[in-house]
Amino acid sequence: MKVALFVPCLNEHFYPQTALSMVRIFKKLGIDVEYVENQTCCGQPGFNTGYFKEVIPLAERFIELFQDKQYVVAPSGSCVFMVRRHYEKLDIAKNLKEAYEQLKNRIYEFTEFLIDVLKVTDLGGTFAHKVTYHDSCHLARGLGIREQPRKLIRAIKNIDFVEMENSDACCGFGGTFSYKCRDISIEMVKRKCEYIEKSGAEYCVGADPSCLMNISGYLKKNKKEIRTIHIADLLAESLNL
Amino acid sequence: MKATPLKTKKYAKKAVKDQELKKALLSATASTVESRQKIINEIPYWEQLRQKAHDIKKQTIENLDKYLEQFESNCSKNGIQIHWAQNSEDAQNIILRLAEENNVRTVVKSKSLTTEEIGLNKALLDNNIQTFETDLGEFIVQLMGQIPSHLIIPALHLTRKDIGKLFSEKFGCEYTEEPTELLDIARTKLRELFLTADMGISGANFGIADTGCICILENEANAHFVTSLPRIHVAVMGIEKIIPSLDTLPYFLKLLPTNATGQKISTYVNFIGEPSKDKLSEGPEQIHIVLLDNGRSRILQEPSLRQTLFCIRCGACLNSCPVYQQIGGHAYGWVYMGPIGINLIPLYLGLSVGRYSPSLCSLCRACQEVCSTNIDLTENVLELRNRIVRTGYNNKFEQLGLSLWAFFARHPLLYRISSSMPRILQRLLPKGMGFPAPGYTRKRSLPPFDKKGFRKRFYKLTNNKREY
Repeated sequence: MKVALFVPCLNEHFYPQTALSMVRIFKKLGIDVEYVENQTCCGQPGFNTGYFKEVIPLAERFIELFQDKQYVVAPSGSCVFMVRRHYEKLDIAKNLKEAYEQLKNRIYEFTEFLIDVLKVTDLGGTFAHKVTYHDSCHLARGLGIREQPRKLIRAIKNIDFVEMENSDACCGFGGTFSYKCRDISIEMVKRKCEYIEKSGAEYCVGADPSCLMNISGYLKKNKKEIRTIHIADLLAESLNL
Repeated sequence: MKATPLKTKKYAKKAVKDQELKKALLSATASTVESRQKIINEIPYWEQLRQKAHDIKKQTIENLDKYLEQFESNCSKNGIQIHWAQNSEDAQNIILRLAEENNVRTVVKSKSLTTEEIGLNKALLDNNIQTFETDLGEFIVQLMGQIPSHLIIPALHLTRKDIGKLFSEKFGCEYTEEPTELLDIARTKLRELFLTADMGISGANFGIADTGCICILENEANAHFVTSLPRIHVAVMGIEKIIPSLDTLPYFLKLLPTNATGQKISTYVNFIGEPSKDKLSEGPEQIHIVLLDNGRSRILQEPSLRQTLFCIRCGACLNSCPVYQQIGGHAYGWVYMGPIGINLIPLYLGLSVGRYSPSLCSLCRACQEVCSTNIDLTENVLELRNRIVRTGYNNKFEQLGLSLWAFFARHPLLYRISSSMPRILQRLLPKGMGFPAPGYTRKRSLPPFDKKGFRKRFYKLTNNKREY
């Protein structure tokens, strides 16, 4: 089995470690990994701001690049949601429509891929800390992925997993929303961080780099001790990879 | 038409700083969300119910002309007079004419967002017709000189203290913040009004086509008084409020109170089917229904936006919305607010006036999960954002920025070169520190750019092979 990596922009520029953790986990599971050269952005920031026309060429090149891959996996729910659900709304070239229909069924979010495709729950890792989990909007409500990350977390030995209040409340990022409506966005992340703190966890686990960037940015600026960690990094760390 | 955009950005910025407002918003929305959830937990077929309502509304809206004709003809048979209003002005004029013809001096109103939409209170008051809201929340909001801040809970933004102060100022009574005492004060005032008013004006939750009657749900019995005590009853109803038949009503009777207030059933369900036939029978002598278009038929023509006409104004999307929870209803700048408001504002008032409304959304999709009629609210917001961009009502710097971004993202080599710039600049900053971004990083930081980026690191790991 071979997996093609779909590397979100935030992972390329800010959090390469997360995507590398994903690579190491796949290797440990005996799965080959491929980096698709020339991949850039799936188009999500533009699409979500209303620039549909500008995003069409990005969607088309994404489909062309990934169309013959058996499995495409990304460590982000919102990027997968963009391809799986939102490319449909774009007026893409007719000759790519069929390739897209097939790609839609072969693109997966990381935890979804582990649980639903590979049927792996327990990777055998250990992590002796108290953690909580933040449900990203596009992951939970968009793709319906709520249980997969929790199963993976619970399977880690010695981990103390607690649910926070309103775990699926939006962190306030929302792409360009975080800039265009920054006052509201900041109040939203503040409230999210209050829920995280109240859980008493040392780590807030997430599966979308954008939420984690927003949450950790607020925690760091406000000198909170709680740390955020992507689930791929948590799994890699639990396995000493 | 000259169209000045609503000052949504300004209002929202102000509202988000109001700590008292935030407290009121959080406690009110959280308690409604909680009681709603409790009831839903007991309804195993809740999701099917939402979909059923969606399907009924879809079928009705797609055949609206047929159902409206049927509604009109059945109402007329029952002795109810139907008036068609193309816009707010039409609707105002119809009601003012009815008031004049019947020598109306005093009007009592029960809660109706549609009358807020057409600015009816102002029109009546400007014509020297005394007009009183009778829903407790609306009564309070009217006394304050405001409009409702929530579809269902008009005075959600006010605290007990605010209301106590208001009543003692307006009525000269002793200050109290005891809810039962406040209620008594309001009740005494309202009873007088019900008995002296010449005309009662209401909205309508549902217009039932096959029987030619309207249905109004409420908890305070004020709508019952408004529609039965004065000699004339006028109901203002958007044309999308039609449902095909009485058989289809029970689905909505279950959905609406659960979603709106977390109640199993509304305290009162009024059916209004005909005026009183003679002096011995109860009810008003005349019943008029003003069917309001006000942009609805224009939306009907657009399949991708049509779902907004399925809304039954339950307000559940407001309570679930993390943006509404921070800013409240007034910040939206018009009578509709929250997730449904940001959809309706640009549709009803035009893209130019409502250009900022669809920005008030982090695309979290919480609203869709609760919507009574399963409207794809978030997808609708995206479509509206797209239209605002395409019609040129967007910010030109944003356009330039995103066009440049799209250009670079189409050219991988340029994309890589351009992203190496911040990587180099990053070296000038202390370790672990991200770039400052005006506005964004005021109360939160950005992470530092990675020195190499994933691509380089991957090739290092694999000795320049694409496969590993």
